[in-house]
Amino acid sequence: MAGDEQQTTQATPGGESLTVTGGPVDRRAPTEPGGTYDGGRVSTEDLATADVTDGVLYKVRDLEVYFPIHQSFFKSMVATEKKYVKAVDRVSLDIKQGEILAVVGESGCGKTTIGRTLLRLEEATGGHILYKELPVERFTQRTLREYRKKAQIIFQDPYNSINPKQTIFDIVAEPLEVSGLVSGEHEKEERVVKAISEAGLRPATEYLYRYPHELSGGQRQRVCIAGATVLDPDMIVADEPVASLDVSIRNDILKLMVDQKETLGVTYLFITHDLSLAWVISDRIAVMYLGRIVEIGDTEEVVSNPKHPYTKALISVIPVPDPLAKREHVILQGETPNPVDIPSGCRFHPRCPEAIDACREIEPTDVHIGGDHYAACIRLT
Amino acid sequence: MSATATSAAAKTTERIEHEGLLEVRDLCTYFKLSQGWVHAVEDVSFSVSRGESLGLAGESGCGKTTAALSVLKLLPENGRIVSGEILFDGRNLTKRTEYGMSKIRWKEISMIFQGAMNALNPVQETGKQIAEPIMLHEGVSESKALDRARELFELVGINPKRVMEYPHQLSGGMRQRAMIAMALACNPKLIIGDEPTTALDVMVQAQILELIQRLRTELDLSFILISHDLSVMAETCDKGVIMYAGKIVESGSAEHLFRNPQHPYTRQLIKSFPNIHEKREMVSSIQGDPPNLLEPPPGCRFAPRCDERVADCAAVDPARIEVEPGHFVSCHLFKEAT
Repeated sequence: MAGDEQQTTQATPGGESLTVTGGPVDRRAPTEPGGTYDGGRVSTEDLATADVTDGVLYKVRDLEVYFPIHQSFFKSMVATEKKYVKAVDRVSLDIKQGEILAVVGESGCGKTTIGRTLLRLEEATGGHILYKELPVERFTQRTLREYRKKAQIIFQDPYNSINPKQTIFDIVAEPLEVSGLVSGEHEKEERVVKAISEAGLRPATEYLYRYPHELSGGQRQRVCIAGATVLDPDMIVADEPVASLDVSIRNDILKLMVDQKETLGVTYLFITHDLSLAWVISDRIAVMYLGRIVEIGDTEEVVSNPKHPYTKALISVIPVPDPLAKREHVILQGETPNPVDIPSGCRFHPRCPEAIDACREIEPTDVHIGGDHYAACIRLT
Repeated sequence: MSATATSAAAKTTERIEHEGLLEVRDLCTYFKLSQGWVHAVEDVSFSVSRGESLGLAGESGCGKTTAALSVLKLLPENGRIVSGEILFDGRNLTKRTEYGMSKIRWKEISMIFQGAMNALNPVQETGKQIAEPIMLHEGVSESKALDRARELFELVGINPKRVMEYPHQLSGGMRQRAMIAMALACNPKLIIGDEPTTALDVMVQAQILELIQRLRTELDLSFILISHDLSVMAETCDKGVIMYAGKIVESGSAEHLFRNPQHPYTRQLIKSFPNIHEKREMVSSIQGDPPNLLEPPPGCRFAPRCDERVADCAAVDPARIEVEPGHFVSCHLFKEAT
C-alpha cells in the first residue's frame, strides 16, 4: 500500500521522468507499518501505539523537497516546464534509535531542509518519511501536535532563538504548557529543573529566574537544549548547534549531546558543515552534495576510508592543528551549482577531479562498500 | 602628548631602526566604559618581516582584533592606545596624526574585514568600491582605477567582466575574493586579515586560504591572520602569537607552537580542536570563563582556569621566558628555566 503511493507521489513535481535509483534493497523498501495504523490518515492513537521494532526510528525513502520558483507571467506562459529548487532530491536514509547521525555538506546542499522536513516544518513534495513506520506526511494536525512533543529542533544561533523578555524558567516551561503534558505547577517546575540541570546548568535553581542576556552564548545554547529535552523527545534535530560558539564552549555543547544520547537515549540528527565536528561526536555520517547523499556510513569508516571523490576532497581540506602535517589538498574549483539546474548524470561531475566521460551520462546509484557504508559513484562499481 | 609634538613627530623623516616590517612594542590599548577602563590589550609585542605571515589567535574577547585595529589606529571612539609603540617601515605610527595615518591606511597596510558579506556596500558596484581607494591614493581617473579593479578581479580569480556587479550578485566566496582584491588595491606591504574565512564553507575556506598563500608569495606580502581557529593558523602562518585576556601567553614559530606548546593555555586550546588524522577522541574544553578585563586579576590572567597553577600564579605576573630560540612563554612553570 505504501509502495503504491510512493510511485504516484514521486512523479508529481515538474512532471519529470522518474529514474529509479537502484541500490541495496534494505535501504529503500517501504516496510509495513505496525500498531493500529491502517494506511489512511495517521491518528493520535496510531502514534501512541507505534513502536520501534527494528531499531530504526526514521526511515526516509526517496524524499523530495522541491521549492517552486516564481516566474514572471510572461515567462510562465512561455516556459515548457515549471522550475523548482531541488533542495532535497530523492534522499533515502535510516536514522537508528539512539544514534547521532551527522549530515554534512556545504551550504545549500539541502542538509537543513532534511532536518526541517523530518519535523514537517517543510512539506515534502515526494517520497516518504516514516517515523516508527508511520508516514509523517499523513499525520493529521492533531497527530502532528503530539508528534512534535517527540521530535524537537535546536537552532544555530542561541542569541536569536530564545525570547529575551522571558526568564529561563518560562523559556523551558513553554513547551510543557503548550503541549499540556503537565498537570500542575509543581510537576512543571520539577521537570523544568530536571531539564535545566541535565543540560549542564547547575544548580538549576540559580538559573531559573535569570534572563537570556545574563547568560553567555554557551549557556544560552544549553537553555535551548533544555527547552528541547524538557518534553522527553525521541529525536532532536540539531541544526549547526555550535557554529556560533567559541571553541572552548563548543566542545562542552558537543559533549552534552553525546551525554544526552547516552543517558536519555535521545536520537540526534546533527546538521553541520564541519566534517571534523561530525567526526568527533557522530556514530554515522551522511555526506550531502546538491540535494543528494553521496556517501553514508560509520563515522570512522567514512573518514578513514572515504570512497566518494567529494568526501575525499572535503576531508583533505579540513585544517588540522599541525603545521608539519603535509597533506595533499584536493581543492575543488568553483562553487556548488545552483540547485535549479542540476548537472546531468552525476551531479558532482563538473567539479569532480576523478570524473570520466560516463559520469556526464549515468546517474550513479549507491554502491555497497561494506558494513553500513555506501557511496554513490559509478567509478566504484 | 601635546598637539604640536605629534605633528612635529609626523613630519620627521628620520627612519627609526626596528625589527622586521612591522614591530609592535609593549602595546597597551584600553577602552573607556562608564564603569572604568577595559584593559583589552596589555603589553603586547610582536613583529612581522617582509613576506612573513603571523597568526594572532585566541578565544573571542582576547584582544586579537583590538591589537590589529590599534596598528591601523582604527579603534572606536572610546578606545585609546595608552602606551607602547607601533613601528612600521621605519616610522612610528603611534605618533602619527589622523592625516598621517590616512596616507598609510590601504596604501601600505590594508585589512580584510570579518564577514565580507556585510563589509561591502550593498548599493554600490563592487568594482567602484575597489576603485575608490585607488583614485584616492594614486589620484588616477575612475576609468583607470576600474581597469586596475579588473586586473585585481583577475588576480583573485573572479571573472573581470563582473566588476560592475553589485555585491548581492556575487556568492559568499566571491565577495570574500572581492574583499581581498580591495585589500590589494594599492599594493600594500602588509595585509591584516581579520577572520577572513570564518563564515565560509570548508571548501571555499580552502580556496581563499590557497589564494592568500599564492598572493603572498607572488607579491611578497606580509600577512597578519587573526583567527580563533588554530587549525587555520597552523596551515597558513610561519609564526604565531597566542593571546589570552589581552596578554600574549606564548609566541614562536608555527612549529614551536603546535609541536612543542609550553603554556598550559596553548596546550589546552590546541587540544580543543579535533585532528582527524589522529585517534578519534572527544575534544576537551577549557573550564571557566575569561576574567573581567575591567579589573584584571593581578597575577597570571589564566591562573583561575589553569590546572597546573602554582602558588605564585594568582599573585605575580609571569615574566616572558625564552624556552628555546625564538619561542617565548609567559608562565611561572618556566621560572627555573632561565
